[in-house]
Amino acid sequence: MRIDCPCCGLRDNGEFTYLGDASPARPDGMDASPAAMLDYVYRRDNPAGPHRELWYHGAGCRSWLVVTRDTRTHDIAEVAFARDAARARDAEKAVP
Amino acid sequence: MSLALDRATSAAAPATSPATLQPFRTAAGGLIDRSQPLPFTFDGHAYTGVAGDTLASALLANGVRLVGRSFKYHRPRGILSAGSEEPNALVELRTGARREPNTRATVAELYEGLETASQNRWPSLRYDALSINALAAPVFAAGFYYKTFMWPASFWEKLYEPLIRRAAGLGRAAEAPDPDHYDRMHAHCDVLVIGGGPAGLAAALAAGRAGARVILVDEEATPGGRLLAERRTIGALAGTTWAGDAIGELRAMPDVRILSRTTLFGVYDHGQYGAIERVSDHVAVPEEHAPRQRYWRIAAKRAILAAGAIERPHVFGGNDRPGVMLAGAVRAYINKYGVLPGREFAVFTTSDDGWRTVADAVAAGARVVAVIDSRFEVRAGLTQAAVAAGARIMLGAQVIDTAGRPELAAITVMSDAGRTETIRCDCLAMANGWNPIVHLDSHLSRKPVWDARISAFVPGGLPGGMTAVGAAKGQFLLSDCLDGGARAGAAAAADCGFAAVSPPPYTTDPESDAHEPLWRARAGRGKAFVDFQNDVAATDIELAHREGFRAVEHLKRYTTLGMATDQGKTSNMAGLGIMAELTGQPLPQVGTTVFRPPFTPVAIGALAGHHRGQDFRATRHTPSHGWAEANGAVFVTSGQWLRAAYFPQTGETDWLETVRREVSTVRSAVGICDVSTFGKIDIQGRDAIKLIDKVCANAFASLPVGKARYAIVLREDGFVMDDGTVTRLGDTHFVMTASTANAARVMQHLEYAHQWLYPHLDVQMTSVSEQWAQFAIAGPHARDTLRRIIDPAVDISNEAFPFLAAAAITVGGGIAARLFRISFSGELAYELAVPAGYGDAAWRAILNAGASYGITPYGTEALSVMRIEKGHVATAEINGQTTARDLGLGGMMAKKKDFIGRLMKERPALIEPERPIVVGVRPVDPNDRIRAGSHFIGVDVTPGPEADEGYLTSVAFSPVLGQWIGIGLLKNGAQRHGERVRAYDPVRNGDVVVEICAPCFVDPKEEKLRV
Ligand SMILES: [Zn+2]
Repeated sequence: MRIDCPCCGLRDNGEFTYLGDASPARPDGMDASPAAMLDYVYRRDNPAGPHRELWYHGAGCRSWLVVTRDTRTHDIAEVAFARDAARARDAEKAVP
Repeated sequence: MSLALDRATSAAAPATSPATLQPFRTAAGGLIDRSQPLPFTFDGHAYTGVAGDTLASALLANGVRLVGRSFKYHRPRGILSAGSEEPNALVELRTGARREPNTRATVAELYEGLETASQNRWPSLRYDALSINALAAPVFAAGFYYKTFMWPASFWEKLYEPLIRRAAGLGRAAEAPDPDHYDRMHAHCDVLVIGGGPAGLAAALAAGRAGARVILVDEEATPGGRLLAERRTIGALAGTTWAGDAIGELRAMPDVRILSRTTLFGVYDHGQYGAIERVSDHVAVPEEHAPRQRYWRIAAKRAILAAGAIERPHVFGGNDRPGVMLAGAVRAYINKYGVLPGREFAVFTTSDDGWRTVADAVAAGARVVAVIDSRFEVRAGLTQAAVAAGARIMLGAQVIDTAGRPELAAITVMSDAGRTETIRCDCLAMANGWNPIVHLDSHLSRKPVWDARISAFVPGGLPGGMTAVGAAKGQFLLSDCLDGGARAGAAAAADCGFAAVSPPPYTTDPESDAHEPLWRARAGRGKAFVDFQNDVAATDIELAHREGFRAVEHLKRYTTLGMATDQGKTSNMAGLGIMAELTGQPLPQVGTTVFRPPFTPVAIGALAGHHRGQDFRATRHTPSHGWAEANGAVFVTSGQWLRAAYFPQTGETDWLETVRREVSTVRSAVGICDVSTFGKIDIQGRDAIKLIDKVCANAFASLPVGKARYAIVLREDGFVMDDGTVTRLGDTHFVMTASTANAARVMQHLEYAHQWLYPHLDVQMTSVSEQWAQFAIAGPHARDTLRRIIDPAVDISNEAFPFLAAAAITVGGGIAARLFRISFSGELAYELAVPAGYGDAAWRAILNAGASYGITPYGTEALSVMRIEKGHVATAEINGQTTARDLGLGGMMAKKKDFIGRLMKERPALIEPERPIVVGVRPVDPNDRIRAGSHFIGVDVTPGPEADEGYLTSVAFSPVLGQWIGIGLLKNGAQRHGERVRAYDPVRNGDVVVEICAPCFVDPKEEKLRV
């Protein structure tokens, strides 16, 4: 596989580390319930199709990335900085 | 280049005497050099081949047709093919450390002095005792592993397994280490052309002429593919001349690279390809500095699959007899190698191209006795050469049996009317259509699709950026190969932004490719083989059908069809065709199995390249490495690092003695240890403290500037990831340390927390592990030693610089440094960090400064002894399965802040009282030795898994206590101090009664480190 890092360009997947699904949101703060945290830590879907997932460019720019990969074909539709995606996520959460 | 390919030239050369020693070598013709004889041996017999031979062609030239025994039945086998699809002719090459088993004789290039041997025979190839297996054939039929060796279970170990292993092994691996080395290369190109036959050459020419960066990969010593094996003309040129000219033109292009003797074995995602170049397999010993093989990783924008096709054998009784060969292979041996695989030929064909064999054999001086074509009608003109040669032409007939001892001497032919007759011949050429090589196309899980026109599978959904051309696409006419290749090459170059023009259509000699497949001939007496390498016969397919194993994946596993090292290259289609007949399904509905990399076997050594032994990974040296090496240190690897384990002095006889001295010197005077390998992360920014508070489980908001604090980092699941220190150097400036083993992981975790969990925090961080050399200076004279090297203005008195103080200072006259008063040993101790470039000088300066106090350098062993004496946990305890509570650090967990791992560490199972917790351990008899890994068992309890109460994680001989001590994890350990248990170690005969105590053996009140 090759991943098109928005900072470094098209790079061999040996430079990256896989983490997993990017969709679960961490229940943050002192009010978070143990049940919600348990779900966040352990429960994952295993979709056949597009999957948003976290990769770390450890042997490159050290960016965490959100890679949208089709689990059936390995086609990569989008690669974005995790930080931008996280900010967008948090901004959405802030909307009442 | 074109000279070597000019068959006319070599044909004109006079036949020299060595060739006459080879009874089946033709007088002229072939792309070989008869003036260069190459002596070699096979099973101890001396033979001579010529330059340009493969082992297979040289054996045939010498009349050697029996070359191996089959896997299961030990049947005599010969040479079936002339390429990498060969299932039968597997041999051992070379001797000693370079011995290589299971090598296909058809791709092994001959060189002078090559020693080769047959496999899987005893006592000799001609008289094999195990060929009795053939008589016991019913026992070895499909599924025999599942049926025969089921019961009783104890028979497996004693009887079945040794028997199968002895009987089933093909070759013998070398017993000495491989003396050669292997290399790895990365390459990038616009257009990758896979296969250098006519289609591949035309494609490479079109792309190269457009200016694209092209890599052409070809398996053989010289590209050309079938052009070298057939007598064809392109325009006004002989096919070989055209190929030579094409190669010459490609070589002259600066951006074209031809990789010959290279097999593209795998297609991977996003335009990545793996290939093996056999750099030195064709010579006895690699040239100096040359690798044996080279592993290529190629990234290409576009790829053109021109891998060609593999001819299909016929399935009939005795089709595995030496002398029965693929027709295309017979033509290759005649036209390319100047070898006649027999004297009297018969041809059994179902396709037009099979008839080409007649003219080629006759031209080379052989007799063709019969052409058997199962079709009732063939194109007018096809039979012309056979008629001229006086061969019998038998239409609507089939070969159903063979005879010979063991080499072929006669065939039995059955006419359409059912009449049989025996025809004498010593070589039978089989032509049953061709299978496009769909393997590479299916490496990305694409299923090939059925093409009814050629009765074969062709590439289905080609992987992104890949186009199939020529025979690989099912286009078997030379003109289609050339035109299709050229079009694809031009299109691929255009896709990469180059202006390309397609050349005008190529013209060739007349050709036709009509074909009607025959999946198996009518039954004869002999066994009709489908898979030669795994000895799967047509009757095995029938058996699988009767017993319900009809789905293609079941058929494959039940019969082992296609599961040998050739992955069924010559056998899969016949197996599917027979199953389709038996089930009455159309063949495409039976389906085909998935092909996976590698296309041909790949040596693990080639994939590893130079990453073996000590070079498996990079070695990192500490700043004091030069000094330590010069002073006789013994090193230990810690991840990539080489660290000094201890520093033996003259007269010391064992490591324990050295370590005791180092520890005692630190505890009574002063010592220095290189701790540069710890991870160091510089964290800055307005919100730096907020990030640190999220990542660390203990409280940091209150940490004042100029102070260091022990830090615990949890994983989100509540277990401890690592421990270290966080030092506040300024209001918004921190430096965090991590253990040597976890340095990279902690950095990744911090980045994750910052970029993904808390993206709004204003903070930046970078690793400075390699920028700072850091030394621990420990012992009662640590301050006195340090005073001699730091600049006079720096006050390090106990009052000005107490325990856990930290500051940026200067040493050696203005060199920026950092000083931390932290202690792992429990002594008065500092860690001094200097820019890495000053590390060696600082190390020497500190040793000088401490000389009058008797300073000793100490290594990781002494470091470990002292931390065990103090009960500090390290990697043995922070092992990914322990929580802070398990480690006795539960009290440090912050209560009033949220942090990673906060909730999950409170899960019921992680806080239940019976959970093992850190304790100290000492043998009741001070002379007893204990070992890490021993399990805790009650004193009067019978040992067993249910009696297990935990285990010893770390042990050391304590010079302070004069006995062995340890740290372990014991059930409910905190409540059991004073209790006695056994440290039980059945593997090393250890069974020692120990007393449980608090995990701290030296200075429990921590008075020494605060003086
Ligand atoms: Zn990057």
